[in-house]
Amino acid sequence: MHLQVSSICKTFGHGAKAKLVLDRVSFDLHAGEFLALVGSSGSGKSTVMRLIAGLDRPSSGSITIDGHPVRGPGSDRGMVFQKYSLYPWLTAAQNVAFGMQLQGLPKTEIRERTAYFLEVVGLADAARRLPRELSGGMQQRIAIARALAAEPRVLLLDEPFGALDIQIRESMQEFLHQLWRQTGLTALLITHDLEEALLLANQVHIMAPTPGRIVRSVDVHLDRSNMAHLRVSPGFLQLREELAGCLRGLEPALSR
Amino acid sequence: MDTSLLRRWLKHPWTLGILGMSVVLLFWWLISGSGLVDKLFLPSPQAVLQAGQVQWSSGLLVKDALASIQRVFIGFALSAGLALPVGIAMGTSPVICRLLEPLMGLIRYMPAPAFIPLLIIYFGLEELPKVLLIFIGTFFFNTLMIMDAVKFVPHELVETARTLGGRGLPILTRVVAPYIAPQVLDTYRINMASAWNLVIVAELVAATEGLGKRISLAQRFLRTDEIFLGLIVIGLIGLLIDLGFRFLMRRSCAWAN
Repeated sequence: MHLQVSSICKTFGHGAKAKLVLDRVSFDLHAGEFLALVGSSGSGKSTVMRLIAGLDRPSSGSITIDGHPVRGPGSDRGMVFQKYSLYPWLTAAQNVAFGMQLQGLPKTEIRERTAYFLEVVGLADAARRLPRELSGGMQQRIAIARALAAEPRVLLLDEPFGALDIQIRESMQEFLHQLWRQTGLTALLITHDLEEALLLANQVHIMAPTPGRIVRSVDVHLDRSNMAHLRVSPGFLQLREELAGCLRGLEPALSR
Repeated sequence: MDTSLLRRWLKHPWTLGILGMSVVLLFWWLISGSGLVDKLFLPSPQAVLQAGQVQWSSGLLVKDALASIQRVFIGFALSAGLALPVGIAMGTSPVICRLLEPLMGLIRYMPAPAFIPLLIIYFGLEELPKVLLIFIGTFFFNTLMIMDAVKFVPHELVETARTLGGRGLPILTRVVAPYIAPQVLDTYRINMASAWNLVIVAELVAATEGLGKRISLAQRFLRTDEIFLGLIVIGLIGLLIDLGFRFLMRRSCAWAN
């Protein structure tokens, strides 16, 4: 799997009202990698994700997967949203099965894979519960299970933990890291939380706002065997502080 | 009675509602019994009950109620059945919405009873004009309210389905339809009240049977007890339909409660 984003631009509106929201964004993502786009609101990071998902079209530039251009949404790119991520009228298991049903898989296979992916995200006990009976963290784990069950080649995560409490967010970060290590999935994470990006991703791209563009790219090589320890280790804190300074410098209101 | 029992009893959702009705009934009984108001204007509850018994035993009450209910149900079923696809089409397609919304917004403000003369000229005095009146009076409200429900489906729910490989019709039937179901039922419940208003109006103008017809006949003979009876029966049937919709909603859309 090779996702290639080359020099994409996106303009909203026409004529005098046209607004450039993405300016020549390029990056690559290979199988098994975990990439994060970090930026404040207005940096266009969610737009990048929507373009990769095929929910919008770039104004120029190209997005290809293994050389095939992205022309619309497809089950090879699974997506997890921050809000309204589950279908509230379906149970956890029915939510996980949803994508497989859309794809018309045989019933027995759907049942087996639903059980398997509920197990993977540690929520086999919650199979028959409705989303409103689940905590925010559990809901996001079900949403991830549903995306994975459709066997995407890349998992797109749009601020998946943005609406969660800080403690739950930390445990979810740990969960996602374990999941990535165990399943070898390929992931693209959008976040405004620099710490989250550094904890999870091998590659972090920092995006600047108006127009959205990548201003800095970092390869992250950290020992992630103990995440609680990693959060307070000097190497991690130093890198975080350095990049936080870079992000702060991009905020016009703060730098002036 | 000890206080905890009383408190629990007061908390029951129906207690206060029944209490409110009982107070009105009691006042009615007291005032009509006191002789302060002419019986012609305010018949006693007993007189209304008796009028009810007479109409019940003659079969008139059931026949009238069935005639009115039938008109409401046919007219409203047509309206609800057509409003669903049109409302969904307007909610999903900006083109169809821009095409139809001004037109519907305009017709919606034309009072449905004002169509009665036209309907009588076109279709005479049979069932069709009455059914059509109910249709005209509820279709536009049903459609516009369903359109709004569709427009407020969170786009994340639709886009999730698209990234899972869904498109077109399956998204409509498996995402949009279940999401709007509670609001559609509620729309129907609310607009059903207009349907009841309109059937009575239609029957006041021209009919051989029906609860509205009975009321207008009672007026001719100054039978206020029968007018009261008609009003109460209409109210009770409406209430039953309302409760029916609520029951249906609790049953089929448990997730939305």
